[in-house]
Amino acid sequence: MAIQVIKDKCKGCGVCIKACPFEAIDMNDKIAEINSKCTACNQCVAACPFDAIEKTESDEVIDLSAYKHIWVYAEQRAGKLMNVALELLGEGYKLAKDISEDTKVYAVLIGDNIKGLADECYEYGAEGVICIDDPLLKNFTTDGYTKVLTDAIKEIKPEIVLFGATHIGRDLAPRVAARLNAGLTADCTHLDVKVSSYIDYANKNTTLDTSTLDPNDPDRGIKQTRPAFGGNLMATIVCPNTRPQMSTVRPGVMQKIEPKKGATGELVEYKPSIKASDIRTEIVDIVKSTKELVSLTDADIICSGGRGLGNADGFKLIKQFADKVGGVVGSSRAAVDNGWIDHSHQVGQTGTTVKPKIYFACGISGAIQHLAGMQTSDIIVAINTDPDAPIMEIADYAVIGDLYKVIPEIINDWDKAEDLYDATTR
Amino acid sequence: MDFQLTKEQEFVRKMVSKFAENEVDPIAADIDKEHRFPEETVEKMAKYHIMGIPFPTEYEGAGGDCLSYAIAVEEIAKKCLSTSTILSAHTSLCTWPIYNFGTDEQKAKYLPDLCSGRKLGAFGLTESGAGTDAAGQQTKAVKDGDEWVINGSKCFITNGGYADIFVVMAMTDKSKGNRGISAFIVEKTDKGFSVGKTEDKMGIHASSTTELLFENMRIPADRLLGEEGKGFKVAMNTLDGGRVGIASQALGLAEGALETTITYMNQRKQFGKKLSQFQYPAFIIADMATRIEAARYLVYYAAWCEDSGVPHMIPAAMAKLYAAETAMFVTTKAVQLHGGYGYIADYPIERMMRDAKITEIYEGTSEVQRLVISSNILNK
Amino acid sequence: MALKIVVCAKQVPDTNVIKINPKTGTLIREGVPSILNNDDANALEEALKLKDKYPDTFITVISMGPPQAKDLLIECLAMGADEGILLSDRAVGGSDTWATSNALAAVIRKIGDFDIIFGGRQAIDGDTAQVGPQIAEKLNLPQVTYVQKFELSDDMKTVTVERNMEDGYEVIKLQTPCMLTCIKELNEPRYMSIDKLFGIKPEAIKVWSAADVEVDLNTVGLEASPTNVFRSFTPAPKGKGITVAGDSPKELADNLLIGLKGKHVI
Repeated sequence: MAIQVIKDKCKGCGVCIKACPFEAIDMNDKIAEINSKCTACNQCVAACPFDAIEKTESDEVIDLSAYKHIWVYAEQRAGKLMNVALELLGEGYKLAKDISEDTKVYAVLIGDNIKGLADECYEYGAEGVICIDDPLLKNFTTDGYTKVLTDAIKEIKPEIVLFGATHIGRDLAPRVAARLNAGLTADCTHLDVKVSSYIDYANKNTTLDTSTLDPNDPDRGIKQTRPAFGGNLMATIVCPNTRPQMSTVRPGVMQKIEPKKGATGELVEYKPSIKASDIRTEIVDIVKSTKELVSLTDADIICSGGRGLGNADGFKLIKQFADKVGGVVGSSRAAVDNGWIDHSHQVGQTGTTVKPKIYFACGISGAIQHLAGMQTSDIIVAINTDPDAPIMEIADYAVIGDLYKVIPEIINDWDKAEDLYDATTR
Repeated sequence: MDFQLTKEQEFVRKMVSKFAENEVDPIAADIDKEHRFPEETVEKMAKYHIMGIPFPTEYEGAGGDCLSYAIAVEEIAKKCLSTSTILSAHTSLCTWPIYNFGTDEQKAKYLPDLCSGRKLGAFGLTESGAGTDAAGQQTKAVKDGDEWVINGSKCFITNGGYADIFVVMAMTDKSKGNRGISAFIVEKTDKGFSVGKTEDKMGIHASSTTELLFENMRIPADRLLGEEGKGFKVAMNTLDGGRVGIASQALGLAEGALETTITYMNQRKQFGKKLSQFQYPAFIIADMATRIEAARYLVYYAAWCEDSGVPHMIPAAMAKLYAAETAMFVTTKAVQLHGGYGYIADYPIERMMRDAKITEIYEGTSEVQRLVISSNILNK
Repeated sequence: MALKIVVCAKQVPDTNVIKINPKTGTLIREGVPSILNNDDANALEEALKLKDKYPDTFITVISMGPPQAKDLLIECLAMGADEGILLSDRAVGGSDTWATSNALAAVIRKIGDFDIIFGGRQAIDGDTAQVGPQIAEKLNLPQVTYVQKFELSDDMKTVTVERNMEDGYEVIKLQTPCMLTCIKELNEPRYMSIDKLFGIKPEAIKVWSAADVEVDLNTVGLEASPTNVFRSFTPAPKGKGITVAGDSPKELADNLLIGLKGKHVI
């Protein structure tokens, strides 16, 4: 699989050089030449006005059929399942049924005395639970968890393994993937197995030309879509020749299913072989932060402040606003970089991805990496003095005005919204 | 002909630009308002060896060249002319003459502290009655055994209130005019030395401009810098180099003013259009950018001459003259483009215009530069 | 005993400056500066702090990329590192994280002796956070990711770190040699120092080929990478919304509330 320039067709126009995100094309004697920085991302193929660049797919066939079923690493901390694990069970169930009727989704529980969490996994869509229980696995350690999970994967051979892109998932997954020599895609925001559903997704949400894709393609390999370049570029990654296919998925992106009370499934108790000397790190202490935990991912309403606040005090108004509307406080990277608010509030590519019902962007210009973390919000309200700020391009409601004047009025009239609305419909 | 900067020069710009962005820009408006000398910034510049760029490492200099130094001054001046003034006076007017004219003993004694920025330098030539006319010096130095006894005063001395080491001109033989001037190294701890009043200036509020007073100040004989009676030569040579520093400051200030004006013009809307979409303001931007580019080549050429041992008196005078007038042109036009916002302190351009004026005055007014240039051309 | 430290660094485009051409939907790279990846600067700073404390510490910065990435090593040396090694070879081009970690692990094996490897948590162009742990795996080292605080015992054998978690942190102890990936909370990276910049000796920056590090060519490069880019595209902008009408702040606020109520979202 590689990108090639068809020399007879190349006119030396240089469009591909500009299109290439990786500076991987040079011009030699008016013929484009692909250099070693190429990642086969395909941008140049699409950009070339003369169809002079092609992508050659490798036709090597490897028997991957020994691998079956989808595993979701059901991350628990201190006996409590993480939200993202439940989200992934919902997604995993959907993907499993897209692969085939008899493909199942399994939750993988690792810990000490955690069998009790199996029921919750079933309720959220797991058809089976693989339980890896040992006192040495009480707390997460890279060495311990990598060993037992790798052993289980080698033995049972799942087709796909999904992890939440938490600080633990992002520590564990790459280590496991490296030990298995398997492909891993980080921080995915969308997953498909059927080509037809990928086409649907792409047509609805992207500028991608899908005419070259066949909706009846029998391929059921996972197509993992993720942002790159600070959200400026989206890439869909596949893992054609290795198994299992592994992804970490950003928290807050996938949908939990309505829990099915009393649901049950197959329990696989996997006996780990682990000894204390396998674990080379010692957890001396686990400190829960005393600062208020901002659950941006769970919030229905987020009130975010940015550079336009002008100073740290501006967040007092944002806090009042959030308190009034029952939301939580978010922020742009600029506000965090200025030291106005803690990083835990940051929304965006390097912060939290959020999907609230309403996102109030107050004094946020809408740098692309901020948009990357909030643009799938149901409703976006932008309050900004600059009508040309990029945030206005994606806002459902653009309020052009001074946030210090408008927000107090919203706070004042929030409870009267119903009356105001009724007055207009009468 | 090669217009490419060296790798080192590019990296000096990258480093100082980041430094100026993070350390200088955030406080520039405040120190201007408070008339506060930014000691903390000087300390940070010292830490990263910005205070001794064009001097050899044996004296704890950075081992760089004059063009790198000019680029550093330019990058600082983009954000704050006061801070660049401190750097420029220290490097060009104090460290440079000691490096150039000092004995091995003087260099060993003073340069490490100055190049590393542990100590700050200043230069004393101007007196209330002697600016451009150096021979009008009233400060007198009289030899008394193994000591010089100096009496008199200096005014408008940059870094005056904060410097530890001064290069000071004084008359050792009044009858000889310029040939009666000698240069001395003065330490702030010398008995009889004191700092007089601090000036309240139109601009560069954060730089310290003071009087220096010498009352029967006795200093050892080995503080004479260069030969007796050759002080005018020390001063003139120092000012030639100093002009490259001031020219770099003016260049940086003009560039900073252009940058902030472009940002403003892309934000500000009138009649439903951005200012940058109107032709008149856009053409002014073209004029500003073109003059800045011309100034840049004059400044870099002068610095290159200094590095290459090519006589740099005329290139430095031209660079200083043109860059200073460019700074004044750009900032004045920039204020106009800002309209009312240009006249209030909320926007940096107000400070920049006040600051720009000094570049046409200190280290040789524009008229002196014209004099130097014209006499060189006409008297050939 | 002098400490030997390896720092993994990457040259990345400054993603804060990248813009999209709205007409073609492609990235505009012109004028986008290449920078030392943010988290990697924290990794180098932590190594430099050790050198401040123990001046005979030897810091080697390694990177992989095209020949221009030497600039990154100049920057690292100007900050205070002792040596820079760039793995530059067509054979390693297009590597995914697995293949990259194979290549960088080979570089570190070639260097031989070391006490600590510092890396950034992730690079801002890819944001994967995978290469650090995968290097550790290939070298069979214990790892801690998301390091926000670091301490080395006086005998230089035991490392105590704070590992940042979403809801607090863990205090973790481990023995050298080990791999640590750093986040911005760890420290404030210093600037380049002008004297160090001018003092860089040409021989302090080495460019190695795949053959130099004796890496198995079946484990590096685009072909060997288990993950492939299937398609790539730019995110579609959402349709333009409504500009809320109103002359006063109160009118703006009320009209917004009416709109939100009408959509049944409040």
